[in-house]
Amino acid sequence: MAKNDLIGGSLWEQYSQKVSERMDNPKHRGEITKEEAEAMGAKLVVADWGAEACGDAVRLYWAVDPKTNRILKATFKSFGCGTAIASSDTMAELCVGKTVDEVVKITNIDVEHAMRDEEDKPSIPPQKMHCSVMAYDVIKKAASIYKGVDPSHFEEEEIVCECARVSLRTIKDVIRINNLKTVEEITQYTKAGAFCKSCIRPGGHEKRKYYLEDILREVRAQMDKQEVQQSLDKKDFSSMSLVQKLKAVEKVIDEEIKPMLAADGGSLEVVDIKESDGFSDVYISYMGACRGCPASTTNTLYAIQHYLNEKVDKSIRVLPLA
Amino acid sequence: MEGIYLDNNATTLVDHLVKEAMDPFFTQMYGNPNSLHTFGTEVHPFMRLAMDRLYQGINAGDEDDIIVNSCATEGNNTVLKGIYFDVIRNSNKRQIITTQVEHPCVMNTCKFLETLGAEVIYLPVNRDGIVDVEILKSHLDPDKTALVSIMWANNETGLILPIKELAEFTKEKGVLFHTDAVQAIGKLKVDVKDVPADFLAFSAHKFHGPKGVGGLYIRKGLKITPLLHGGEQMSGKRAGTVNVAGLIGMGLAMELASQNLEYETKEVRRLRDKLEDAILAIPETEVIGKREIRTPNTILVSIRGVEGEAMIWDLNKNGIAASTGSACASESLEANPTFVAMDMNKELAHTGIRFSLSRFTTEEEIDYAIKALKDSVERLRVISSTYI
Repeated sequence: MAKNDLIGGSLWEQYSQKVSERMDNPKHRGEITKEEAEAMGAKLVVADWGAEACGDAVRLYWAVDPKTNRILKATFKSFGCGTAIASSDTMAELCVGKTVDEVVKITNIDVEHAMRDEEDKPSIPPQKMHCSVMAYDVIKKAASIYKGVDPSHFEEEEIVCECARVSLRTIKDVIRINNLKTVEEITQYTKAGAFCKSCIRPGGHEKRKYYLEDILREVRAQMDKQEVQQSLDKKDFSSMSLVQKLKAVEKVIDEEIKPMLAADGGSLEVVDIKESDGFSDVYISYMGACRGCPASTTNTLYAIQHYLNEKVDKSIRVLPLA
Repeated sequence: MEGIYLDNNATTLVDHLVKEAMDPFFTQMYGNPNSLHTFGTEVHPFMRLAMDRLYQGINAGDEDDIIVNSCATEGNNTVLKGIYFDVIRNSNKRQIITTQVEHPCVMNTCKFLETLGAEVIYLPVNRDGIVDVEILKSHLDPDKTALVSIMWANNETGLILPIKELAEFTKEKGVLFHTDAVQAIGKLKVDVKDVPADFLAFSAHKFHGPKGVGGLYIRKGLKITPLLHGGEQMSGKRAGTVNVAGLIGMGLAMELASQNLEYETKEVRRLRDKLEDAILAIPETEVIGKREIRTPNTILVSIRGVEGEAMIWDLNKNGIAASTGSACASESLEANPTFVAMDMNKELAHTGIRFSLSRFTTEEEIDYAIKALKDSVERLRVISSTYI
């Protein structure tokens, strides 16, 4: 893409012919009056989404047949850029003839696809995908008004990236399964964050409930925690950190070795652990009666090492400090 | 009617006299001016004339420098980075004072220098949309401030900053003063004897010269590390073969700009005011900034209920070129920082449309634009959900 990106100013060149035509002449623009709806024997639904201060606002009008729940006519009004107008127009068109239950399944991706000239060529540039999301949101709002329920009723999952419609669960799963470490990788795997970029971090075009950076950080923290827990559970000494090794060694010493030494009035403490040629050298310092005891460098030492080799790991060598 | 160009703050038509003056330097006198042979030296008289015209245009003295470079972006980068290399990096003066309404070529350069350890203060604008000298007084500290960099006039609003007062105060305190004058040349009198700026950057293509050539004024006696190192062109102050045709064109464009300044301040202003009055006659429109303190060619308007990109799309269909600072028309969807700093009109970030005229704009064009503009507003307000 580099060669094509260098000149810039190509925003309008990336609009499909269909988008351009709908911007010039949106067929479904305008409102439906109460009288008009009544004349059709239909119930009028008016739903608003967005606000001028956010840059996007759309109002959707439906005339719905109350017997069949079928949308007989749909129109819109929109404060928004050309692609918001084109998306709204397409969205209204997609509503006509469908039942309310059917239309809530329409997503922004359907709207974007419907505006394509060629099947495999996007109708709008990535950052404009955001405009089509509004079309999806306002449908949900209209359906919730018609049915007298909360708009979240139609949302089965928490959506993190509205543009690419990627759920929180999907994002968490791909991070775990593929061991992803950057937001760019999440975008490569899911397309989340590839469009208007609002969901990457706070401060973008739109305020979001979840941000990819936060999700990544939280999931990575959980994964790290689990990893530590797993290595402890497996008692896989070689993959432990030094602190973990020290703790594992001290646990056996405190619980099993010290009580034996205490019977003879002695004790010991672990001074350090060092890695050397595949061995973990545990440096100890004797205390009390053990200090200077001849067995402390022979039988007692062998017993301690044996215990640690059995209970913790074979790679442990115990080295007493004089 | 052919396309009507009302986006002259972005770039301008090259005056046909300028184009003609440049013409011989492509195929006839194409020598490198640093060569010793005739091909090289025959261009010197023409370059000297062009330099004279540049010096006269801003009333620079012979002991001052005007470095010929590629554009004002280069000039602004040269000053900001040069001050970083020469002062900020080597002393306790680590601070640059600039404003929240600068062009990206100053703003983003300052942000970059912050990553290298420079401290940057971005002064806010007052209720008139300008930076007054009082706010500069409260921030400037001669022990810490290495440079004050403030634009002469704003590209989006056309608002003129009190550059003389700002420069004089800064100089009184013994601090260096730089100004991005890219929107001032050709629209306002720019005189470096009247305004004591140390550095001043401009671009030829904003005053009917060619793209790709500009100038950086440096006051007598000041030295600054060059942005481009290399050969001995421009006495080693800016390496790279001089854009000879560009310089010739810029010189003439500067002279023509000076000659046409009265026309600009009277006739261009009259046409601008005519367009502005017609816009303001449309209900619920707001022009940003007082007319008296704007460049004579610029209008930034917010039309309630009409999003900026939709508006310029519609105007473009009708053959009118304007620009929008609407977030929806940018690659990043991010709000224009100047509009955010202005903070006068919450919807401005989505509705702002800029019309900028030039001395080539005709009355007929303005009349047509007024009509087309009214039609577009009407059409888009019928569609709009926020305008009833």
